[in-house]
Amino acid sequence: MNTAHPPFDPLVFGPDAQIMKGVDGLNWRLADYEARGGYRALKKIFAEKIAPDALIAEVKKSALRGRGGAGFPTGLKWSFMPRQFPGQKYVVCNSDEGEPGTFKDRDILRYNPHVVIEGMVIGAYAMGATVGYNYIHGEIWDVYERFEEALAEARAAGYLGDRILGGDFSFQLHAHHGYGAYICGEETALLESIEGKKGQPRFKPPFPASFGLYGKPTTVNNTETFAAVPWIVLNGGAAYLDLGRPNNGGTKIFSMSGDVARPGNYEVRLGTPFAALLEMAGGMRGGRRIKAVIPGGSSMPVLPGEVMMKTDMDYDSIAKAGSMLGSGAVIVMDETRCMVRCLERLSYFYFEESCGQCTPCREGTGWLYRMVHRIETGRGRTEDLDTLVSVSDNIAGRTICALGDAAAIPVKSFIQHFREEFAHHIEHKRCMVGERGAARDKAAA
Amino acid sequence: MISAQGIARIDAAIAKYPAQERQSAVMTALAVAQEEHGHLSTEVMDFVAGYLGMPPVAVYEVASFYGMYDLEKTGRYKLCVCTNLPCALSGAVEAAEHLKRTLGVEFNGTTPDGRFTLKEGECFGACGDAPVMLINNKRMASFMSPEAIDRLLAELK
Repeated sequence: MNTAHPPFDPLVFGPDAQIMKGVDGLNWRLADYEARGGYRALKKIFAEKIAPDALIAEVKKSALRGRGGAGFPTGLKWSFMPRQFPGQKYVVCNSDEGEPGTFKDRDILRYNPHVVIEGMVIGAYAMGATVGYNYIHGEIWDVYERFEEALAEARAAGYLGDRILGGDFSFQLHAHHGYGAYICGEETALLESIEGKKGQPRFKPPFPASFGLYGKPTTVNNTETFAAVPWIVLNGGAAYLDLGRPNNGGTKIFSMSGDVARPGNYEVRLGTPFAALLEMAGGMRGGRRIKAVIPGGSSMPVLPGEVMMKTDMDYDSIAKAGSMLGSGAVIVMDETRCMVRCLERLSYFYFEESCGQCTPCREGTGWLYRMVHRIETGRGRTEDLDTLVSVSDNIAGRTICALGDAAAIPVKSFIQHFREEFAHHIEHKRCMVGERGAARDKAAA
Repeated sequence: MISAQGIARIDAAIAKYPAQERQSAVMTALAVAQEEHGHLSTEVMDFVAGYLGMPPVAVYEVASFYGMYDLEKTGRYKLCVCTNLPCALSGAVEAAEHLKRTLGVEFNGTTPDGRFTLKEGECFGACGDAPVMLINNKRMASFMSPEAIDRLLAELK
């Protein structure tokens, strides 16, 4: 068991934190959660006999959008579940967090697991599902074990299982672990994986709401999405919306990584300026200048640092700036970083993680990686840049799932914004910037 | 082939899914089998297939699809270091180089004494703790500076 969960100041997640409010690294147990007001939302629903439709309407009003990457309106997704379906329905939590740069769900699950359980019970009640699974990334085994403990606590206290809080609603929730496949973060691959198969995405339609786990109606939401639900039930959708901006309700946990002084998770109101978020993370490491930022996980377009410094952190503002909020993983790169090398590592990742089902992705991700690798190692050709863009265009939109697009987007955006670095690499066979370029210059002199 | 304790863990997993969906427990069953045997031999996978009522090939498919299963023998300690971009920006490349130098092996290599196998990992979802390492799939080690790596290696006998 990993014991590397040191206590910390509850304000480490930020003064506006809602999901992580009062969380100090040690107080993850049921009694602690109840002391913070936990499970009050669930009690309120049963005490006031709030109807499932009213709950879905409240979530719609909150403008809560999927926190896993796509940003799809949660209330709308919930409303897709068939009401009068006679058979089994499922809710599934996607905690298969493997999008490079993203590490928020791990912190939610290890420091505040009951908020996810409460959110899932409420979601299950709203959608009429009686069984659920939380699919947890295989690499965070201690978090999976802790979640199992939290489930046992919730069952023993009557918050989970048969006749919850003595009422008519029953919901069985189980933890399921992955074992090292990025693609299982895609919701239909995740369902295949729970069924005990290779995690290869399914054709859509049919969507999971009509044909999901074991062919039954299923809704898959991200960990952070479920974690936002109890607050919305307690305080109302309008109040949640007010925390953020129109169409961008609530707070969001941003995972800050890369060249910042204090990498970590920061929960802020949607619409917070990037510059303020960067300051919370201690600013740039070593006082260096910001060069580039991937604002939403490695699959989203990179943006120049100066663009980000003028952008606010919400779905619509980031889209307007030319990228996407994605999972909220903010990867920051400073002036010493070679953009070719950064892209090379990302391209290798998509090549490695392509599930192999669709030819454009299986073959194309290899082509992309080998070409970027060739440029990085000084063997690039002038025509490579156009070929990279052309291959990217021939992958994107031609695959069953979004991994193909995710592999194409970094390539296109890195070349779009930092073309001169790639051209310099091809022409001079070395980096234009960075410590390695400077060192080689010195050696050559 | 699998201890009584291991079977109990597999049975607990089976109980999470509908009665006719024993296959859903295959990921746990393979994880348990790997824990007990070090890697997944054909015999072990065939046992899992029999226990869950799956065609053996369906078990092989799962075992070869998910990166944390080992079909080949590894050292006593499998050390996996994430070198993806966020980690690389925070010292993961240096951590990997230090491991290679200290152990005298490249990625996918095993030390001659059979103690360590070194692997390159993809995102563990712990980028804030970079550099991060995973030891035998279960233990995450955070902030792995060269000094922290030396301490870890000394601890793993």
